[in-house]
Amino acid sequence: MSNDIFVLIEHRDGKVSENAYELLGKARSLAAAAGGSVTALVLGQGVGNMASSLGAANKVLAVEGDSVAQFTPTGYVNALTPIVETGNPLLTLVPNTAVGIDVAAGLSAALKLPLASYAIGIEIADGLPSIVCQTLGGKINTEVGFTVGRGIVAVNGGAFAADDGRIEGQPLVETLSASGDAAGVVFKRFIEPESGDVDITKEDILISVGRGIEEKDNIELAEELAEAMGGAVCASRPVVDAGWLPKSRQVGKSGQTVKPKLYVAVGISGAPEHLEGMRDAELVIAINSDASAPIFGAAHYGVVGDLFDILPALTEKIGEAG
Amino acid sequence: MNIVVLVKQVPDLAEEFEVNSDGTELDEDCLSWVLNEFDDHALEEALHLKEETGGSVTVLAPGFEGVEDVLFTCLAKGASKVVKVGDFDVSPDSHSIAAVMAKALGEIAHDVVLTGVQSVADLDGQVGPLLGANLGIPHVSVVTHVSINSAAKTATINQEYAGGVLGEFEVSLPAVLGIQAARELPRYAPVSRVRQLMKTETIDEVACDVGMGGGLVVKKMSPPEVVGHAEMIEGDEDEVSEKIVAILGDAGLINK
Ligand SMILES: Cc1cc2nc3c(=O)[nH]c(=O)nc-3n(C[C@H](O)[C@H](O)[C@H](O)COP(=O)(O)OP(=O)(O)OC[C@H]3O[C@@H](n4cnc5c(N)ncnc54)[C@H](O)[C@@H]3O)c2cc1C
Ligand SMILES: Nc1ncnc2c1ncn2[C@@H]1O[C@H](COP(=O)(O)O)[C@@H](O)[C@H]1O
Repeated sequence: MSNDIFVLIEHRDGKVSENAYELLGKARSLAAAAGGSVTALVLGQGVGNMASSLGAANKVLAVEGDSVAQFTPTGYVNALTPIVETGNPLLTLVPNTAVGIDVAAGLSAALKLPLASYAIGIEIADGLPSIVCQTLGGKINTEVGFTVGRGIVAVNGGAFAADDGRIEGQPLVETLSASGDAAGVVFKRFIEPESGDVDITKEDILISVGRGIEEKDNIELAEELAEAMGGAVCASRPVVDAGWLPKSRQVGKSGQTVKPKLYVAVGISGAPEHLEGMRDAELVIAINSDASAPIFGAAHYGVVGDLFDILPALTEKIGEAG
Repeated sequence: MNIVVLVKQVPDLAEEFEVNSDGTELDEDCLSWVLNEFDDHALEEALHLKEETGGSVTVLAPGFEGVEDVLFTCLAKGASKVVKVGDFDVSPDSHSIAAVMAKALGEIAHDVVLTGVQSVADLDGQVGPLLGANLGIPHVSVVTHVSINSAAKTATINQEYAGGVLGEFEVSLPAVLGIQAARELPRYAPVSRVRQLMKTETIDEVACDVGMGGGLVVKKMSPPEVVGHAEMIEGDEDEVSEKIVAILGDAGLINK
């Protein structure tokens, strides 16, 4: 049993993911509070050379082998189970991503350790972790503790500052060979998304539509506003899943991350997975008929109202002003 | 191909939530329950797979207020069979439901189990991977494409990452897949058809104990403090638009 903090490092193509730095930065302050150290867990082939970009950790555990050469849920869980069992850290931090969802639950089940998901806050008081989880689409925060005083935490993207974890250095590297196998899951290949007609990551002004737009034909209302302002239209996931706009226009966790000068969110509730992609926009204006929509927590200005009234009026006023 | 789908009811996010007086539970009176949208996608994908492989789709849901409506709706959409598992007063945590469903699946044939990728009401991790672990079979989350090879007993699936990058995997069956999006938008079941099925069809039942719990202690629930941090612009659509134009002008985003 230790007071250490373990962090699962997500990486692709030899590059450490942004979320790893967010977790490492938080892990440092938690380790300091608990009187333990930070261990970064990096699984793959030849991953030891990523250590220099993981200076925030006291130690890097490079777990190497065929079964973890590429991410598979089973390969990762089987390799990590004995490591977490032996190290018995106070907390194991995992990103709440496609990679982390399976790993967090797999470890929780294998080790009978509790799991707190969707974490946006973690504190340690008197040696006991307390976690704030974002639930109900961002409308309610739930603070939890672990019955056994330690456990696994799946952390939401953007919950902690990446800068706190982006520390150069040469942590101690220990290399292990991965135990277990990928038990029934074989990685085949990555499929890159098609590039779209418009690169929304390069636009200064984005008018973003959500499910509140109701049907494909109504997107024209947003197109007109975008045109009046010299911007482009993007969307939340349901609009893209419905086929009303191409995937390249999707903002969020599984879409693009945008940092425009202006982001107008129209009929978007502001689910955590959406906010992940637009939280760094310079100016956010939200239009939503639900006064309790979480988007208002992420916006600088908000309008509670019907987008079908407001969009045309705004387009007209901008036309007059321009 | 025996395809199983797990469905869950979740509080409708369109409602305003209130927390009870001791601050650890939602006030049930303000909740209205709807089918988790990702479960609707899981069912839709299952129905397509059924057409392709000539199998059956069995839908499992825990016995909970309103579950009959949900299950008859699944039948109306094309499920072959619906099963109510156990009886619950409160919506169970993920670890408990995974244990209960694993037990139920001991008696229900399953080559592939589809769940929704997640729900807005889970706290202790997603049920899919917990169920996969309980059953000792593979699990993959955030799945956007499934194609089944019945002869080889494998599925080729895509898992979605940030930026829309996909990972393609081959998974041996049986397996649990957490569905993010079906190949088509979930179909609609006419209310008349649901009503009709309520008269002619029955829901199977499997008894189950409440699980062990997920090992979390809820200390406090509250709306996030940041909500409302936006400066609200009041007025009718013309007033609001004029104010927005002024804000954009001040920010140098349009000519005033
Ligand atoms: C693994 C994973 C990845 C995901 N990735 C993404 C992602 O990349 N991007 C993304 O966006 N989501 C993503 N999601 C989905 C996310 O959880 C939400 O479901 C989604 O963001 C909701 O989209 P929305 O706000 O448009 O719809 P809803 O949540 O349905 O909100 C619609 C809003 O419109 C408002 N509205 C309705 N009518 C009107 C009107 N007439 N006028 C004004 N307002 C109106 C309503 O009040 C409501 O707030 C992901 C989910 C998962 C599980
Ligand atoms: N109480 C439940 N009953 C049946 N299925 C569930 C339940 N909870 C979760 N699931 C399934 O697991 C998926 C993920 O939900 P969750 O674990 O709540 O994030 C859901 O989309 C369902 O398919």
